[in-house]
Amino acid sequence: MDAYVTLIQLLDSTIRLSVPLLFACLAGLYSERSGIFDIGLEGKMLAGAFAAGTAAYLTDSAMAGLLAAVLVSVLLGLVHGFASITHRGNQIVSGVAINFIAAGTTVILGQAWFRQGGRTPSLPAAARFGDLQLPGAEALRDVPVIGYIYSELISGHSILVYLAFLMVPFTWWVLQRTRFGLRLRAVGENPAAVDTAGISVPWLRYRAVICCGILCGLAGSYLAQAQGAGFVKDMTAGKGYIALAALIFAKWRPVNAMFACLLFGFLDALAIRMQGHPLPLIGEVPVQFMQALPYVLTVVLLAGFIGKAIPPRAGGVPYVKER
Amino acid sequence: MSQPFAKLPAWADYGLIPLVNLIVAFLVAGLVVLLVGENPLQAAVLMVKGAFGSGQGIGYTLYYATNFIFTGLCVAVAFHCGLFNIGGEGQAYLGGLGVSLVCLAVGNLLPWWLTFPLAILGAALAGALWALIPAWLQARRGSHIVITTIMFNFIAASLMVYLLVGVLKPAASQAPETAVFGPGGQLPQLGWLLQMFGLKVRSAPFNVSFLLALLSAFLVWVLIWRTRLGYEIRTLGLSPRAADYAGISQTKIIIITMMISGALAGMMALNPIMGAQHRMQLDFVSGAGFVGIAVALMGRSHPLGIVLAAILFGMLYQGGAEIAFDMPNISRDMIVIIQGLVILFAGALEHMFRPALQRLFGRIAGSALRAAPVTTGESH
Repeated sequence: MDAYVTLIQLLDSTIRLSVPLLFACLAGLYSERSGIFDIGLEGKMLAGAFAAGTAAYLTDSAMAGLLAAVLVSVLLGLVHGFASITHRGNQIVSGVAINFIAAGTTVILGQAWFRQGGRTPSLPAAARFGDLQLPGAEALRDVPVIGYIYSELISGHSILVYLAFLMVPFTWWVLQRTRFGLRLRAVGENPAAVDTAGISVPWLRYRAVICCGILCGLAGSYLAQAQGAGFVKDMTAGKGYIALAALIFAKWRPVNAMFACLLFGFLDALAIRMQGHPLPLIGEVPVQFMQALPYVLTVVLLAGFIGKAIPPRAGGVPYVKER
Repeated sequence: MSQPFAKLPAWADYGLIPLVNLIVAFLVAGLVVLLVGENPLQAAVLMVKGAFGSGQGIGYTLYYATNFIFTGLCVAVAFHCGLFNIGGEGQAYLGGLGVSLVCLAVGNLLPWWLTFPLAILGAALAGALWALIPAWLQARRGSHIVITTIMFNFIAASLMVYLLVGVLKPAASQAPETAVFGPGGQLPQLGWLLQMFGLKVRSAPFNVSFLLALLSAFLVWVLIWRTRLGYEIRTLGLSPRAADYAGISQTKIIIITMMISGALAGMMALNPIMGAQHRMQLDFVSGAGFVGIAVALMGRSHPLGIVLAAILFGMLYQGGAEIAFDMPNISRDMIVIIQGLVILFAGALEHMFRPALQRLFGRIAGSALRAAPVTTGESH
């Protein structure tokens, strides 16, 4: 029973840790499926988290924080779009730039406005997304096996967690079953064909970049308003890059993306739990090894040793209309 | 037809456009300064004063510039081959391992001028090896070098934390750092060089590796523009297909280029470790690898441009540290913003102002044509 409880708690923290990855990963999915590489997930998430922390603190409203996060993140996405779609700049360079701008601005503004070493003041409960108790969670707690899973693992998360997991089928539906999704995928594979059909390539890609911004904003809002209680300097700590890795791991597919994010979240949760607990046979695994594992796995995957990850064909290439 | 686009003269292409991009980047940075309630002009004055106002300031400026020359060259060499090496940070970190191992091994035995070449070798080798795997993956398996080098930055960070809190830390010490090197592992300072100009350097850790950085810049120039290998690198960078037809082996060139790039990044570690701290500390690279991206873009991947851009960023680093005393709202993180803006405007939005400038030059050329008695009738 003890091992069972431990396992469920481990899975519970897996879910909590994979949510920001999932939002960011799906964000990257929209962008990259349309042919715009986005290294800037990290920066958009960070800026979103800062906006969420600031706005939620000033207004005492969780929703305001979320909207501010989305707004700021979309604006940064539009900068990326302006550089890489309108001016056909190098998408990777532009993404790197956004990461630095976000990293620097959040600290400078945070310090100037709140003077708490780059963090925003901690948020009261009303300005956060608290944990929801699903109906019957308490009543069913004592039902053997399933009751505990329901009350501990499935119930008791913030609304953003459920939203993140709902975004998976939704994204699948958008990409596979709507006109917009079909065109989005087409523009990432063969923009010239889309152009020939009389559809604007830039406008499509701008919409993809906006979708990406919205989702990164949600990721930021989750970090500052659900997982934490306010913004902390550099709170994304490389999650944007892990999400990027998960996206490649998932071969740019939404359902795979969910599993990849859960896997990376699980590794993270495991690393936290295993600290100071030696394993039988192996002894104590250094925490740094666990932290590096997602990156190592991604490199191994990229090397083509676990199946081949083929990116959208037009990814990273600015579209130039023939004259 | 649209207006005739004049081809820009070389000075505009290599001087004016980067300058315009840079000015715009600084204007936007000025907006951020305004946003935190300080005066941008005053901030700029304080910054320049902090960087060049005293001998010590100049010493620090050149000390930081040394780091950025190495990392800038690292990014630039890869750029010439059409590769974007974001892994300078990790390669420099591993370079530190190479330097430290050499200095810990022979620092007490050999004089500095014998340790130095060995340490250069160690740094370059470690950096190059850390770049080798992403290079091989790019060349043979087609894995995108940007993603793999980012991953290798994180792996490097984890690896070095592991080594510094465990294996490399002396048993008696609490801090995650290596033991202090013996006298042979400490580079001589270059303060006397500045003192010849009547400047007092005091404690600035300006050291011999600056000269190595300048030498490396010159050698990179020779490599890229004066050797067969450099020609092949540039050919591959401009047109992989042409390189293919010319019988240039892509695999070979990609791997060699990335190893040179990684070696340059690795050599950056000499400056802070052997030149200043005389031991390896946790996170000693502190973003210099990323500054290299901005430096390479601003210097247009030319060694001379890189040296100038590196000095500018050295100035920002040193000036940024000084500014914090007078303007508490501005810390060194301001540099990160400026760095991002420079990358944005000199890199991603490189061509934003080109059409406007071309139109301007076209108009000037056009009016010059009209003013002069021209024989051909079709000027428009």
